[in-house]
Amino acid sequence: MTTEADVLIVGGGGAGCSAALHLALRGARVVLLERGLVGGHASGVNYGGVRMNGRHPAELPVARKSREIWGRLPSLIGTDCEFEVTGHLKLARNAEEEADLVAYMDVARDAGLPLQMIGRNAIHATYPWLGPSVVAGALSPEDGAANPRLLSPALARAARAAGADLHEGVEATEFAHDGAAFCVRAGGAAFRAPVLLNCGGYWGGKVAAAFGEAVPISAMSPNLMVSEPVRYFIEPNMGVVGGNTYVRQIRRGNIIFGGGRGENDPDQLRSRPLPEPTLAAMRLAVELVPALAGINVIRSWTGIEGEMPDHIPVIGPSRTTPGLFHAFGFSGHGFQLGPAIGAILSELVLDGRTDVPLDPFRIDRFGVGTDGQ
Amino acid sequence: MTVAIVGAGPAGTRAAEVLVRAGLRPAVIDEAAGNGGRIYQRQPDGFARDARALYGFEAAKAEAVHATFAALADRIDWHPRTLVWAIRPDRMLTLRDGVPGEVPYRHAILATGAMDRIVPEPGWTLPGVFTLGGAQIALKTQGVAIGRRVAFIGTGPLLILVAYQYAKAGAEVVLVLDTAPFGAAARQAAGLARGGATFAKGLYYMAALRRRGVRVIHGGAPLRFEGEGALSGVRWRDARGEHHVACDAAGIGFGLKPEAQLADLAEVPFAFDAQQRVWVPQRDAAGRTPCPGIYLAGDGAAIGGADVAELAGARAAWAVIEDRGLAVDRAEVARLDRALARQAPFRAALDHAFPYPGALAAAAPDDCIVCHCEAITAGELRAAARDAPEVNRGKALTRVGMGRCQGRVCGPPAAEILAAELGCDIADVGRLRGQPPVKPIPVMT
Repeated sequence: MTTEADVLIVGGGGAGCSAALHLALRGARVVLLERGLVGGHASGVNYGGVRMNGRHPAELPVARKSREIWGRLPSLIGTDCEFEVTGHLKLARNAEEEADLVAYMDVARDAGLPLQMIGRNAIHATYPWLGPSVVAGALSPEDGAANPRLLSPALARAARAAGADLHEGVEATEFAHDGAAFCVRAGGAAFRAPVLLNCGGYWGGKVAAAFGEAVPISAMSPNLMVSEPVRYFIEPNMGVVGGNTYVRQIRRGNIIFGGGRGENDPDQLRSRPLPEPTLAAMRLAVELVPALAGINVIRSWTGIEGEMPDHIPVIGPSRTTPGLFHAFGFSGHGFQLGPAIGAILSELVLDGRTDVPLDPFRIDRFGVGTDGQ
Repeated sequence: MTVAIVGAGPAGTRAAEVLVRAGLRPAVIDEAAGNGGRIYQRQPDGFARDARALYGFEAAKAEAVHATFAALADRIDWHPRTLVWAIRPDRMLTLRDGVPGEVPYRHAILATGAMDRIVPEPGWTLPGVFTLGGAQIALKTQGVAIGRRVAFIGTGPLLILVAYQYAKAGAEVVLVLDTAPFGAAARQAAGLARGGATFAKGLYYMAALRRRGVRVIHGGAPLRFEGEGALSGVRWRDARGEHHVACDAAGIGFGLKPEAQLADLAEVPFAFDAQQRVWVPQRDAAGRTPCPGIYLAGDGAAIGGADVAELAGARAAWAVIEDRGLAVDRAEVARLDRALARQAPFRAALDHAFPYPGALAAAAPDDCIVCHCEAITAGELRAAARDAPEVNRGKALTRVGMGRCQGRVCGPPAAEILAAELGCDIADVGRLRGQPPVKPIPVMT
């Protein structure tokens, strides 16, 4: 038996679930296929940053659109996913890094992103718990953080309530196009629709390859950890120029930080944090916030994310197959973007256009062949 | 590359003894300052109780395990006060006195012991409520009791033993409440009798408690731990109705489960033990796991008690010796295998006589805290069940098992609650994924 739909979505992360929701809200018949549980990989186990600050200029319009959705999640999906506007503070630890922050001020201004440069003296007056190596910071007041474990399940719940048909525990294994529609086999069943959305994260590369659009995607596993709860004192979500560490504290007191990479075997859906990056991230985090020394870490973890060579995702229409749209390879910073990606995909499908410039994300930018090689 | 043994209890000690005799120099790692494990835990320096006072009937065994280890001192690499917080295929990541380190290995025997299992009831997180193991350790190591008027609630051989030890030490034991019905034990009488001396000791402890006038109830259940800021009493029920007993401390424990986090991090596969209602790491009769180089022994592999642990530790060491291509004493291995096989019917009977009261855990009231670390209630977990077909998703949505203990305490009862709410078999909700560190480690510079 074949299930017919208007739109088939492969992958139930933030992007896929948001697409299901936005499409269903506009009356489309949507089927989403997720191999595990929604939000089981990068969308659900990431650091939880809801950050525009420091993004690639091409991503800023997407991030701005997403930030608007983050602000109205309670009315859209019935929960704020513990999103809190704490500001994001990007820190410099030497003159070169400071120059980087200064240069980015122009990028932010052009994109309409409010950003405040905080100099040597003010940064330590404002955040007296920062370590002496910090020389400057750029604060993006509209940024913050959220609980990544909640977003995809909440989007999925809302999508189902809006009439979308989400299948969990169903792996899409065969992809074809019969001239009129996409035919996808998953879990012993067949699904057919004229539109297919590839929201497969790292595995989105395999879906693209199935349609002759192989891309140079690799699997990355950010190494993350969390402390026991301590007195709340770190309000802003923090990163550094170069990105080798990032630190935030949630109101219940736990400090979440990371750095370096774990290991993975994406074919086995297996990923593991590694001890050396864990210890290295501790040293880097203590350099930023010396008071972290001695606080107990209770868990480390990682997941599997798709990383593109230029560290920005693939978003937009297929160049080989009309009706196929890609949104994958978010390279470790897709959590904030997820809600907007779904909205953008719904616009591409139902309106044939979107206001957000997508050209930088086109799938053929890597100049690789379309023969699956 | 060396053999590393994690845990210097009865299993780890006997494993080290066998390896040394075969000419190897194992690294032995333990969180404690001395060997003996929890069962034969040493008292601190300067304490002068004799072995008989500390270990009762088991004094001779305890002294033998201690003496064996002492004799190995210059033929092993001993890492006391050392936590193994992560394991890689070629090395263990350690923490000793705040300093991180590594112990390389080619073969590892994980003899990581056991911990109490909990059934959450309202008020179980009050100060004054301890696990049975904790109550016993307080008495054994520090010579202190958890309270003056103490109730012991739970099931399993440890319940009666700890109650007996407290009564003997002079505490007022106001209640011993076993959730297992007496009939369950009676039906297993034949199997229990196979335990010989162990079974006889259990009967002795029971008789001694009754002789002291201690109230011992079979087939009852705790309802609520009461008190303002600290425990002041326990409400419980039996076939005759509801009762209340005043007390200032309670020891609770519903059997033991393997401390198998390190095996989990080593990627040893687990299987569900339907009788014990717990996930256990897989190993063969010799202790070999499906992961090359990883061996399990003692209660860390499956609950068998100290005598089984000594045998299993030695057996796992012989498996390592064989797998390293060294000479194996076949007669000795056969003797160990026979001794281990003889213990099996007794352990099976114990499991049947003292089942984990899964239904009691599943019935925890909505306002009862299940996850002590994160203060998550049974009601919150039930509310998440619609989106949580398995425990890791339940954890992700509610934070059950996300705190300091990483689900070591609340994991099994949380699984009972989730499975009951979903109306599925408990095996189908799976088990919490382990993540390093095995226990909390400080942020280090």
